Formats: sequence, C-alpha cells, structure tokens
Amino acid sequence: MTILLDPTSERTVASRPRVARPASLLGKRVGLLDIGKPRGDVFLDRLEERLRAAGALTSRFVKPTYAKPAPTGLRQQIAGQCDVLIEALAD
Amino acid sequence: MKPRLPDGLVAFVKRGCATCALVSPILRALREAGQRVTVFTQDDPAFPEGLAPVDDTSLEASWHHQIETVPTLLRVEDGAEAARTVGWSRERWEALTGVAGLGPSLPGLRPGCGSVSVDPDRVDELAVRFGAGKLHSRRVELAPLEDEIEALFERGWTDGLPVVPPTQARVLRMLTGTSRAPDEVVAPVPPDLAPATVEKVAVNAVMAGCKPEHLPVVLAALEAACTDQFNMHGVLATTMPVGPVVIVNGPLRRAIGMNTGVNVLGQGNRAGLTIGRALQLIVRNVGGGRPGEVDRATHGSPGKLSFCFAEDEEGSPWEPLSVQRGFAKGESTVTLFAGEGTRCIVDQKSRTPESLANSFALALRGVSHPKLAMTFDAILVVGPDHGRVFGEAGWSRARLLEELGARLQLPGSELVRGAGGIAEGLAEHFRDAVVPKFRPGGLLLVHAGGGAGLFSEIIGGWVSGDGGSEPITREITP
Repeated sequence: MTILLDPTSERTVASRPRVARPASLLGKRVGLLDIGKPRGDVFLDRLEERLRAAGALTSRFVKPTYAKPAPTGLRQQIAGQCDVLIEALAD
Repeated sequence: MKPRLPDGLVAFVKRGCATCALVSPILRALREAGQRVTVFTQDDPAFPEGLAPVDDTSLEASWHHQIETVPTLLRVEDGAEAARTVGWSRERWEALTGVAGLGPSLPGLRPGCGSVSVDPDRVDELAVRFGAGKLHSRRVELAPLEDEIEALFERGWTDGLPVVPPTQARVLRMLTGTSRAPDEVVAPVPPDLAPATVEKVAVNAVMAGCKPEHLPVVLAALEAACTDQFNMHGVLATTMPVGPVVIVNGPLRRAIGMNTGVNVLGQGNRAGLTIGRALQLIVRNVGGGRPGEVDRATHGSPGKLSFCFAEDEEGSPWEPLSVQRGFAKGESTVTLFAGEGTRCIVDQKSRTPESLANSFALALRGVSHPKLAMTFDAILVVGPDHGRVFGEAGWSRARLLEELGARLQLPGSELVRGAGGIAEGLAEHFRDAVVPKFRPGGLLLVHAGGGAGLFSEIIGGWVSGDGGSEPITREITP
C-alpha cells in the first residue's frame, strides 16, 4: 500500500453561517467600506444616498490599501459599530 | 528511539567484511585484557565467534548511530560517544583504546566495508522505519488500485501538472537538505496564514520535483514571500497577472546547478523550475491559495507555475544584484519580486551605452501602461551582448540606473487622463509636473542570458511599496 504525506495545512477552513438577513434596514447602521479602488467612492456615495432615504444610518470606512487585507483594528471597528457592511470591491 | 550504547569499546561489524574478520582477534584480545568490549553484528548473529555479539540484524543501532563503515570502533563514556574510528588502523585503534601493540602480525592499515545500514537497497526502508516518527503530517493511504499521480490530482494538491508522490522515504530524504528541524515553523503562509513547518515545505518540495540541496532555497524564498512587505496575500489575490519571481545570487546557484545562460528564463533547468514551483505549491497547499478562490487573476501568467532563475555573476559587468541590495559577495541569497511574464527588448543596432539606454528607457515606459508611473516596479534582465556594451564603456550598475532614471522623467502633460486620447492616466494635477516612471529603487537590474543575442528582457511588476509589494532579499542558510 502506498502511504503519502498530506501536503496541506490539514485544517479545513470552517465554513461560517451568514448572519441572518435583517427584515428591514430602518434604523440599522450600514457600514460602507471603500477598499481604495478607483470609483469605489462614486458607487458608495450613491448607495449612501439611497440607504439614507430608506431610513438607514450609514458609516463610511476606507481600507489603507486595496492590495492588503483590512487591518484587524478596522475590521473590529466595523464589526463593533455596524449591523450590515457593504464593500465596494473594484473599478 | 536511539538505542543507548554500553560504556567501553563498541564495535560494529558484519561477517561479509574481510576487515571485520581481520580485527575479530583483536577485539577478543582486548576483552581478554580486561577491556569492556561490546560488538554489534549486522548480518550474522553468530559472528564474530567467541564475542557474544549483540544481534543488530534489524540495523536499529547501526542506523541510529550513523554507522557508515564496518568495522567502526567507538569509545563510549557515560552513554555518549567519545571517540570513533573506521576500518582498521593500528595507530588509530591504539589511540582510541589506549592499548599499545595491537595486532602485531597484521598490516598497519586496512580499509573497512560499507555498513549494511547504508546499503542503497536498504537505506530508504530504514529511514522510514526508524526516522518516520519525526514526521507529523497526516498519512494518506492510497487504495491498492489508486494511481498515485491521479490520486494527487483528485485531492486538488497539484498546480495542474503531475507532482511527485510525497512518500515518507522521499520526504525524509528531502529533509537531509537542511539542518533545520522538521517541526520548525518557517512562516505563516497566506491567504489562510497557516503555519508552514520545515516538514510541510519538504513535502511540497518533493511534489515539485526538488532535490534535497534545493530545499534551503525554497525555505529562504518562502520566508521572503511571507513577509508583510512582500505581501504574498495581495500578490495572490490580485486580478493582475503576477506571481513571486525568485532571483538567486551567490555561490549556491552554481552548487545546485542553476542555469544563468542560454534559455535562462525558459524550460529545461530542474533546480530553477522546481524551486519556483515548490514555492507556489506551498502557497496553494499550505496557504490555501487557489485560482478562482482567493487567487482572482484575470489572466495569470505561465510564470505563476514557477518563476525562478539565477543571475550570471561571472559574466556580468557589474557586482551581483544581491551586493547592490546589501549582501556580501560570498553570500547566497534569494530576491523575491512580484512580477508578470517577460517581454523582450530587441536592439541589434546600438553599440554605445547611450543608444542602448535610450532603447531600454523607451521600452520600460510601457511597463503596465505607458501613461502610468511611480506605481509599478520592474526588473530589467540585461542579456550578455547588451551587458558587454555597458561593460566596455565602463558604465557601472549605478550609472546605468541613473541614466535610465534620467531618460524616464516623463512630462505630466503626456500622462494625465485624456492625454493622447486615452482615458487611462494620472490625475489632472500631474499635468505640469515631471514624473519619474519608476519610484526610487523601483527598477532592478539582473545580468543573465545566453551568449548570443542582442536582447534584454523586462519583467513588469505589481503595485509597489507599502500599499503593494516590496522586493525582498534574504540570505539562504543551510
């Protein structure tokens, strides 16, 4: 019998259940994260207008660079302040 | 477990060795003279007669005590080896035993024979039997009808090409290429930031086709790739077609047979191809970075399978890249660069450094986009026929970089958005500025290639600096 050695980290990344979808955004705080790609701000500006009109509260966040994962502090800040997060991915 | 040896004199022998037969009377004489003598026999438990040998036909003691020749004579004190000699040498045996006049009728010197424990037919089996305990990776048992190569594809562990099955024997052999312990953590590997141990690196290096002497280069490249400055996470995740480019400098290049000449960036050289491939397999298998998942490249590039080459230092008009980057000439290093594929600069007419620098500058302007500047680094791989023009004119590496820098000061009016009828470009406020194509230090020179062809190559980079990737140079340690 051939025995091989597992080349992986041997840890399956845990699949995490999504947070339940809120029934309404009324009074909820929606984080708007700009990852720093061109025109992400244009997209988020328009979303912010529409969300506010729908009665949501909004907070804006910007990643220091789109090329690296968001720093832990920023992720914690968003998780602590917001009910929902929308990320403007790219271009 | 390594068997503890009894104190006194300890000999390893086999019947099939004439020198062992020759020294048997001496071992008996030493015992009769009151010395404590223990003999381990490797092939015949009855040999040598009259010495009540310890049966080591399992070769456990021989393997653990790294016996390579029989006879081997040890002096053991408090369970630890204090002295060792191999074969028969009256002078050395007398020195080790402290007894004069040994074997007066024997010749003064007889070489020994190979220990059964290093017999090429047995060595892998013994390494697994006695050494596999130090390996901690999960064992994957293949079913009898499973094809090894196909099994690795099916588990998602390959880069799209067949890999060498990582058996315990192969991984143990790979680990002989480094002095580092198998359980030492080399780096947390993006994107999962899973810790890669030396053992996991060895497993993937086997799969990539590396030889043990390539392992230290893979380890150094992985350490460099997993720094925050190099940003392997971003290099992997980006939509741009970049991957880790590994440039090797120093004496180790030659020692492990890397190519620096004909087809240096192409196929055919095992060392370069397997080292570059091993790095990417580790990112895939240990880090969990797979195309279509965290790897979001729009096109990718063939170099993402493997991109590793060495500088031609011997034929270079300049000091090596590693020296420019702060390392001593005798040190072997890897330099990691987040790079795309290669692009050839054809200039078969220039015979002066000025003309050639003009060509290079014009071609380098095209990196990423002729209207983008300061954001993307590049490597210029100068071919020997081009390098000679600079060498003969006395242009140093620094001089060429300076001359290229001067030629790559670009007028903002040509770069701003809309200029030339092209929407892409720099922001409007650069219109009246003069903008350098590359940030300071953003252009790397490497001398490599075959001895015929008035060509050089550009390897374009990814987003540079703190917000992207910084080239990293690391020393390769054994």
